Amino acid sequence: MSPARVVRHGAALAWRNLVKFRHTPDQLLDIMLMPVTFVVMFVFLFGNAVSGDWHAYLQFVIPGIAVQALMFVSLGTALSLNTDIRNGIYDRFRSMPIARSAPLIGHILGDSVKYVLAIVLVFALGLVLGFRIDAEAPAIAAAAGLMLAFAFAICWIATLIGVAARSAETVQALSLVLIFPLTFGSNIFVPTGKLPGWLQAWVKINPVTQLSDAIRGLLLGTPAYATIARSLLWTAGIVVVVAPLAVFTYRRRA
Amino acid sequence: MIEVDGLVKRFSKTVALDGIELAVPAGSVCALLGPNGAGKTTVVRILATLLRADAGTARVGGFDVASDPDRVRELIGLTGQFAAVDEALTGAENLLLIAKLRELPRREARRRVAELLDRFGLADVGGRLARTYSGGMRRRLDVAASLLGSPKVLFLDEPTTGLDPRSRADVWALIRGLVADGTTVLLTTQYLEEADRLADTISVIDRGRVIQAGTPFQLKARVGGQTLTVRPVEPARVRDTAEIVKRIAGAGPSGDTHGDVVSAVVPAGSDAAAMLAEVAAELRRAGISVGEIGVRLASLDEVFLALTAKELVA
Repeated sequence: MSPARVVRHGAALAWRNLVKFRHTPDQLLDIMLMPVTFVVMFVFLFGNAVSGDWHAYLQFVIPGIAVQALMFVSLGTALSLNTDIRNGIYDRFRSMPIARSAPLIGHILGDSVKYVLAIVLVFALGLVLGFRIDAEAPAIAAAAGLMLAFAFAICWIATLIGVAARSAETVQALSLVLIFPLTFGSNIFVPTGKLPGWLQAWVKINPVTQLSDAIRGLLLGTPAYATIARSLLWTAGIVVVVAPLAVFTYRRRA
Repeated sequence: MIEVDGLVKRFSKTVALDGIELAVPAGSVCALLGPNGAGKTTVVRILATLLRADAGTARVGGFDVASDPDRVRELIGLTGQFAAVDEALTGAENLLLIAKLRELPRREARRRVAELLDRFGLADVGGRLARTYSGGMRRRLDVAASLLGSPKVLFLDEPTTGLDPRSRADVWALIRGLVADGTTVLLTTQYLEEADRLADTISVIDRGRVIQAGTPFQLKARVGGQTLTVRPVEPARVRDTAEIVKRIAGAGPSGDTHGDVVSAVVPAGSDAAAMLAEVAAELRRAGISVGEIGVRLASLDEVFLALTAKELVA
């Protein structure tokens, strides 16, 4: 099958995801609910305790919450993919002369809007509350690029979970088992130095920590190139390992 | 148009298909008839390139489903057992998605979608989300989607299961319309009436094998066209009656009891009138008074039960 046809099929299925999003705007609520709750809860509840003053904490926590929001969006990707595979609709796709990878491409492409939206919404909320970016356009673009690359990587994790799980409940359970240690076992909410020693070992290597630190650095005018490199390495590593695994599982299942 | 030869499929230890043979000429309707778990869906899934057979060959339009799946996919349309409708899209969008995947030019896609919605009585609800559709509407949308690519061969896996009688009649009318257009149809069903009404040929499948094949008429004739029915006056004597009928109509579970009525298929080649007289005499000797006794033409349901029951014994 020619690459042009694969793209056309993928685009048709991405179109499907976008149309669904337009019909059911409450998905927007799913995207927003978690980040808003976390921003409000952490900034006003724990902000003073962690940073001594909630304004300073806001500067610290917003980039991390953006990363967390991406992870929660990926739960939706995994769920919708899983529902599709268990329904008759995938049988129809597979009985048609379309590229086998098209449904996966469609999901990732179609959901990319949600990932962008999640990032934009978290930063918009932050700016309203007083989050201030102290960086030039290239640094901001770099931060956005890092986040989108990471979103692409977790999209593949979500894809793997979506195609491997036998039920929606399993998708939920697996995703949360992954999301919680990655987000709460990171320095999204609490600086690494204030965590217990045994936890610090994990927090320091956690990709979410690397990415949050890299974004903080870029947006707050203190870019740390080693962190950025490590974050990119993680992102690339996840894609290289998980994407083939997801495709393999998909081919066997589908 | 469809040629299946010695098809075998195993799922871990269970044998789903045990050497299926099938030949469906172009432009005809073939019904695969059988109870749940007989292997009907497995046959369809192999023919629709969703599943690989362990042995045997299957060709659609001359192309082997295993070695040439893409050529086969160009020819077929599939309506699976579970409606392949996206509930979060409108009816029209569901069809438009398939049109896009079929790479129809934009204008032609819109024309085909409108045409199919109209033909399937969905024009008024095309703009509504499919989740608001009734079961019958969903089924029709599903069949419409499988027709978007103008397939030469259409697979319908239990197209009317779970539908009310009115929607069932609608789907039947649709299928007849397709055949008039020259589409070859392979449908699976548990309902004999459906096979009887729609199919040119019926293959009765049980436990992975074709146990009978032919036209509906041939099947009825082959099994023995008549049924002996007795209703004893006292319901308490139903069991005794059943024993007598079973003994005379021939051993085997074809003697069947429904509430207070005992019925049995008259074996092919036996004299139904003589059997009736013999049963009546036996009943009198046993002191069973009869409320109703007679011989009538067997329904396909009885034929089917007789066929699958014999299999169970064998």
